[in-house]
Amino acid sequence: MNLKGIVLIAFVVWLAVPAPLRAGHEAGHTVSIERVVSPAGVTAWLVRDTINPIVNVRFAFRGGAALDPVGKDGLANMVSGLLDEGAGDLDSQTFQRRLEDLSIELRFNAGRDAFSGRLKTLSENKDQAFHLLKVALLEPRFDDTPVKRIRGQILAGLRRDQEDPDTIAGQTLARELFPDHPYGRRVEGSMATVKAITSDDLRAFTRQRLARDNLVIAVVGDMDAAELGRFLDEVFAGLPAKSQGFSVKDIQPQTAGRTKVVKMDIPQSAIAFAQKGLKRSDPDFYAAYVLNHILGGGGFTSRLYEQIREKRGLAYSIGSYLYPLDHAGLVQGYGGTANARVGETLEVLKDQWRTMAETGVTPEELADAKTYLIGSYPLRFTSTGGIASILVSMQLEKLGIDFLDRRNTLVEAVNLKDVNRLAKKLLDPDNMVVVVVGAPEGVTSTP
Amino acid sequence: MEKIKASGGVCSINPVSRGLAWFPLILAGLSTVLSPLDATAGHGVFNPQTFTLTNGMQVVVVSNHRMPVVTHMVWYKAGAADEAPGKTGSAHLLEHLMFKGTKRFPAGAFSKSVARVGGSENAFTSLDYTGYYQTVAVQHLEKMMTMEADRMRNLILDPEEVDTERLVVLEERRQRTDNDPGAILREHVNAALFLNYPYRRPIVGWEHEIRNLSVDDLRTFYRKWYSPGNAVLVVAGDINMAELKPLAERTYGKVPGSPLLDRARPSEPPQSASRRISLKDARVRQPSWSRTYLAPSRHTSIAGGPESLHSYALEVLAGIIGGGATSQIYKSLVVDKKLAVSAGAGYGSDSLGPSLFAFYASPAPGISMEILEKAMEEEVAKLLEQGVQDKDVERVKKSMIAEAVYARDSLSDGARVLGSALVSGRTIEDVEQWPHRIDVVTRTQVNAAARAVLDGRPSVTAVLEGEASP
Repeated sequence: MNLKGIVLIAFVVWLAVPAPLRAGHEAGHTVSIERVVSPAGVTAWLVRDTINPIVNVRFAFRGGAALDPVGKDGLANMVSGLLDEGAGDLDSQTFQRRLEDLSIELRFNAGRDAFSGRLKTLSENKDQAFHLLKVALLEPRFDDTPVKRIRGQILAGLRRDQEDPDTIAGQTLARELFPDHPYGRRVEGSMATVKAITSDDLRAFTRQRLARDNLVIAVVGDMDAAELGRFLDEVFAGLPAKSQGFSVKDIQPQTAGRTKVVKMDIPQSAIAFAQKGLKRSDPDFYAAYVLNHILGGGGFTSRLYEQIREKRGLAYSIGSYLYPLDHAGLVQGYGGTANARVGETLEVLKDQWRTMAETGVTPEELADAKTYLIGSYPLRFTSTGGIASILVSMQLEKLGIDFLDRRNTLVEAVNLKDVNRLAKKLLDPDNMVVVVVGAPEGVTSTP
Repeated sequence: MEKIKASGGVCSINPVSRGLAWFPLILAGLSTVLSPLDATAGHGVFNPQTFTLTNGMQVVVVSNHRMPVVTHMVWYKAGAADEAPGKTGSAHLLEHLMFKGTKRFPAGAFSKSVARVGGSENAFTSLDYTGYYQTVAVQHLEKMMTMEADRMRNLILDPEEVDTERLVVLEERRQRTDNDPGAILREHVNAALFLNYPYRRPIVGWEHEIRNLSVDDLRTFYRKWYSPGNAVLVVAGDINMAELKPLAERTYGKVPGSPLLDRARPSEPPQSASRRISLKDARVRQPSWSRTYLAPSRHTSIAGGPESLHSYALEVLAGIIGGGATSQIYKSLVVDKKLAVSAGAGYGSDSLGPSLFAFYASPAPGISMEILEKAMEEEVAKLLEQGVQDKDVERVKKSMIAEAVYARDSLSDGARVLGSALVSGRTIEDVEQWPHRIDVVTRTQVNAAARAVLDGRPSVTAVLEGEASP
């Protein structure tokens, strides 16, 4: 064992719950994050959790599908489907069989701004799990047969998506908002671009994009810092030091108010809508977070839920959420209602939007929202996978290793003046893009 | 990317939920989580503790002290399959209405309290049960129990609220079923597969019957089924039985008991004819095929057919032939013959009534349904002729059992697994002994189970195609 060179910085973080914890339980309820630097210089955040003999690893490389070359849309996604389809001296079936036999979960995923992966293993199989992850990252084979098969599955998925009104609504909305920007393209690509991707493209992707300088790693589970150091070197030290430089330009979404109807012969119209929003780094982000929670956020208490579903029975699902990308910010929402009631639903939606902009939130709503957003935070820390995924986001968003310490204070600091100022400045029902997929009655595309 | 998996009829027993669209997807995966597991057969899986209140309500606790949080669930032994004939959708509409109010906690008060303490909540309806849950910081547990106990008997069914919520449910039905040709076909498969057993009905209900449900229909269902003796309380998280017991006695313990209920349902007659169902819909771009057989569940045998003792062996069988990227069917149809983009088989052991064993596939471009069907039939014939191999039985058993440790990692999986077992005719011991019972399954038993369910037995074949098929 080589302990030399492992730098340990421990941060002990308390997760506040709204009322004091019961005496005697405090010691068990900390999430203590260690920053671990391996002998070869690979960094990861570690939460040691020995409740079960499990190790959960999550990691992400900055730079996602938004970097797919024009005409090769879907490249990052296709790589994500192929890294576990044969690597090193293991062909596709052998690799998959080994994962199954050892109960190892290994998955990759392409997002718009990052390419991520996750590995879950029982402690007893961790050496083999780490080896499989290593060869998947460093020596993917991209053999012709699995490439053909996965391409076929992606194409089948794209065909199937064309049956799904919600997917079509989301895609159409992205295209409307970002007509000339990679954010307007599908992460999965299109039939034509997926067919155009070659094995050389796949190989170039792993060479250029999977590197140590754009990588963040989180490990939660039955592992100590010394062992993690060895694991980091075993798996990640062989990656190139530097990724190929990239830049995606910041973009203002095209939110000039309009409605776009996509005709489909179905009984219920799917609705997707968006207006401009904030990036994660915006000083008003927490005010926006609280504001959206009151307007259309989760749970059964938002204004949209109350007015559109509870009072009028217009929809089963209705809501809104902040969608902060690396290079653009949006407030987006979704709903679904019978074709005959689309007009009424959109009217109530915009009316609620306008009322919120004009009169803001009440002190009671603000207090309830803050209590909820603070009180619900510990619920995200109830599994090793949940903790690991938060640790990855914290690193991608550069929130700092002490963020969990500060997070509730940031929510608590949001005051009525901030929220209402922001509501007035941000919410703009006249500059909202609405996409309706279905056969809505009395609603047509803006000419 | 998410690898393409089932599009077939295996998921016909998915619960329907009040909540947002993503939630049922989590529960849809439950049938896999629901096979709880343990790496060390001999130990229990979740190690729960239990006792029963004097009014007949069973109480179960699964301790997990990672965070000062609990999941509080109440399960009723009443689902869509317990509805009166002609009243489909009442279990589910009632589940929605449970979020309205009582005299003590008027409309919306419960949800507001949950939100105020930072909790999350939802509910779900399946064919066999209905459940309600909140996840909250442990110091708010008693408040949740007080409100949940209150709405067990004191719900106010206001006619206007019923009508508005009916509209919500009709939207839910449109969103989940009518907007999706695959879901429409699955409704028809279930109606064909079960000639008489109430699993032939959709959980959400038939539209015309949802429209006609009266306040009285809902009240009748509520009064009959919602009582402590017909419910199970499961609490998982940062609590033990010594702490939970007095809370349970103070809250649910105060609800008056009622006579034990008979859950008798119409039973399925022996079947003799296979059926074919096809749906051509212009919306369909990626066709799919499935063949479904009636199969015994842990609890119920098939009239004139396979017995429930086959259920553990059927779980192993499904793993060998149809689960995942190296299963026999995927390897043959997708990897080797390249006839399909996805293919597999599935089996659910957990239902109270008869279950099903299904094969599914989605054709590669240019491959006809006839070719695909023939290839699948060859796989089944080969299975019946040659049987499975010892090494595959051992391999699949090992990996099924290993999954148990993962199930323990989650706060709520234990509560879900135990709760659904206890309201579907199974016991805590069934859950805790599951790894051991899987461990002792033999190749001979797997082959016998395959023959019992598949060999010469009637089935329902379903084909979903676009109007211009490839």
